[in-house]
Amino acid sequence: MRHNGSYSASPRIGLIEWLPWLLGVAAFFYLPEYLSLGARILVYILYALSVDLVVGYAGIVTLGHSAFFGLGAYAAGILSAKVGVTDPMLQMLVAIASCALLGAATGALILRTRGLTLLMLTLAIAAILLEVANKATSITGGADGLSGITVAPIFGLFRFDLFGKTAYWMCLVVLFICWWITRRIIYSPFGASLVGIRENHVRMASIGSPVSMRLLTAYTLSAMLAGVAGALLTQTNQFVGLNVLSFESAGELLVMLILGGVGRIYGAFVGPIVYMIAQDQLAKQFPEYWSLGIGVLLVAIVLFARGGLLGIVDLVVAHAKRGKSAFAGKEAP
Amino acid sequence: MQELIASLVSVAFHGTAYGMILYVISVGLSVTMGLMGFANLAHGVFAMAGGYLLTTAMDSWGVPFPLALVISFVLVALGSVVLERLLYARLYSAGELAQVLFTIGLIFIATAVARLIYGTLQQPVHLPEYMKGQFSLLGRDFPTYRVFIILFGAALVSALWFGVERTRFGAMVRAAVDNRAMAQSVGIDTQMLFMATFALGSGLAGLGGALGAEIIAIQPSYPFEHLIYFLIVVAVGGLGSLRGPFVAALVIGIADTACKYWVPEFGAFLIYVATILLLLWRPAGLFGRQA
Repeated sequence: MRHNGSYSASPRIGLIEWLPWLLGVAAFFYLPEYLSLGARILVYILYALSVDLVVGYAGIVTLGHSAFFGLGAYAAGILSAKVGVTDPMLQMLVAIASCALLGAATGALILRTRGLTLLMLTLAIAAILLEVANKATSITGGADGLSGITVAPIFGLFRFDLFGKTAYWMCLVVLFICWWITRRIIYSPFGASLVGIRENHVRMASIGSPVSMRLLTAYTLSAMLAGVAGALLTQTNQFVGLNVLSFESAGELLVMLILGGVGRIYGAFVGPIVYMIAQDQLAKQFPEYWSLGIGVLLVAIVLFARGGLLGIVDLVVAHAKRGKSAFAGKEAP
Repeated sequence: MQELIASLVSVAFHGTAYGMILYVISVGLSVTMGLMGFANLAHGVFAMAGGYLLTTAMDSWGVPFPLALVISFVLVALGSVVLERLLYARLYSAGELAQVLFTIGLIFIATAVARLIYGTLQQPVHLPEYMKGQFSLLGRDFPTYRVFIILFGAALVSALWFGVERTRFGAMVRAAVDNRAMAQSVGIDTQMLFMATFALGSGLAGLGGALGAEIIAIQPSYPFEHLIYFLIVVAVGGLGSLRGPFVAALVIGIADTACKYWVPEFGAFLIYVATILLLLWRPAGLFGRQA
């Protein structure tokens, strides 16, 4: 049923897969007034991509990925505001390293469990980080958020400007690199074994796949990606708020992902784009109706369109093809 | 010394009252999760609904407090049956992710509806006069309402225990928790059974939300904010049991009160750490069956 990411699919980058990047570049030139929204969307695409890797491909249902997103955001922010390290690359490296550490450490502990216990543990880890960020006000700024973040020019060349041009390019390039890596992972034998584990972990174990090691690797990789997204958010906003760690934002991210389609790389692209543009247009005017709409949408997708928007596109395309061939069949005799 | 004892007693007392509320709210979640394996993150919605119903019934309809409690229980139970038949039942065989997303969707809806009807402020509870005073015991004063909560909770625990251990319905529930397929094949209508348990569990959550409205403030963010506590009670106690969540709720209620009293700078940090350690040691919870 899932076309993308299956081992038999061709790993070559198809023509249509260049479309998002073309759009990303075009948006820079044609929608200059929306660059800050654009950068935020790119960050959330990366975040959704990292969640898709664990939830969609490895089948680890987690509610706690905001822990890594938040850790990346705070690592970059604290480094700049409290330690005085303003180099964006260095901030990003530290964010990745800290997320890798946390991901490997917590993954090694919690991935042995399943079901409710796993759900609970991921939630508890995110809750701990939220609690720490909330209480350690001298380092994190607590509920007021962390401000006073300065980011030096990238490679000493590209200054972060007021209009968010540099930030947009930075997000686009970083997302491109991460997308390429994720895509390679997904289409590799390793990626295929993840899908196998998602479908039936007992069978994968019995054919000799090192299930827990695979899951841990995927979890850690995904944590690092989420950390990159967090650091990017800090660098584009030059501010970190507690909400990056909150359960609501983790839930919101899941909404974006399922809206696009889970377990198919580009669901992580479509979801945040649609969600955040709609949010930008609607949420401020009708905040109550906005979250009501999100809830109804989520329920409807789960009940009627499990594949999300891309799943619907698949259905329509399949239907059109079938319609055409039936038509051809009638004409043929 | 006197002071230490006084604070110990106070923490134990308030913690027990809080634990009772947590138990009344969470026990239904434990049983339904054990019975159908449904990851119902929206359980807090029923508790919040109970709280809102209580305040509405008392303030707008002029209903006396005891009757308002009954109304919260009954209406939430009825509402949950409608939800169960219309929505939940379609997802029993769906994967965990679908259930999680679906119930998060329900939380979003409930939060929005609560905000539309009642606004974002927390709902004040106007307790009747006879619940407001202090109750003297062994030379100490205890707030009457908390005493009532503890006694009520204890009575409810006994009733539930009797219902599950000593009645035909309880035996059917236990059989279905142990092995659903087998229970079905000996002629137990597990679908009906689940509907009834779901209604009872949700009704109890509504009752717990109403009873605890003075302790756990009723506001639109309720289902998100307190979800983790309800889940901790269930996960630590173990799925499908009555005793597990009871012990877990009391321990968490007292520990949380103690933490907030003595080390407020840590907040809920210690509770979460303890939960993680315990779940790593016993993944199925204190009283759950180990896989």
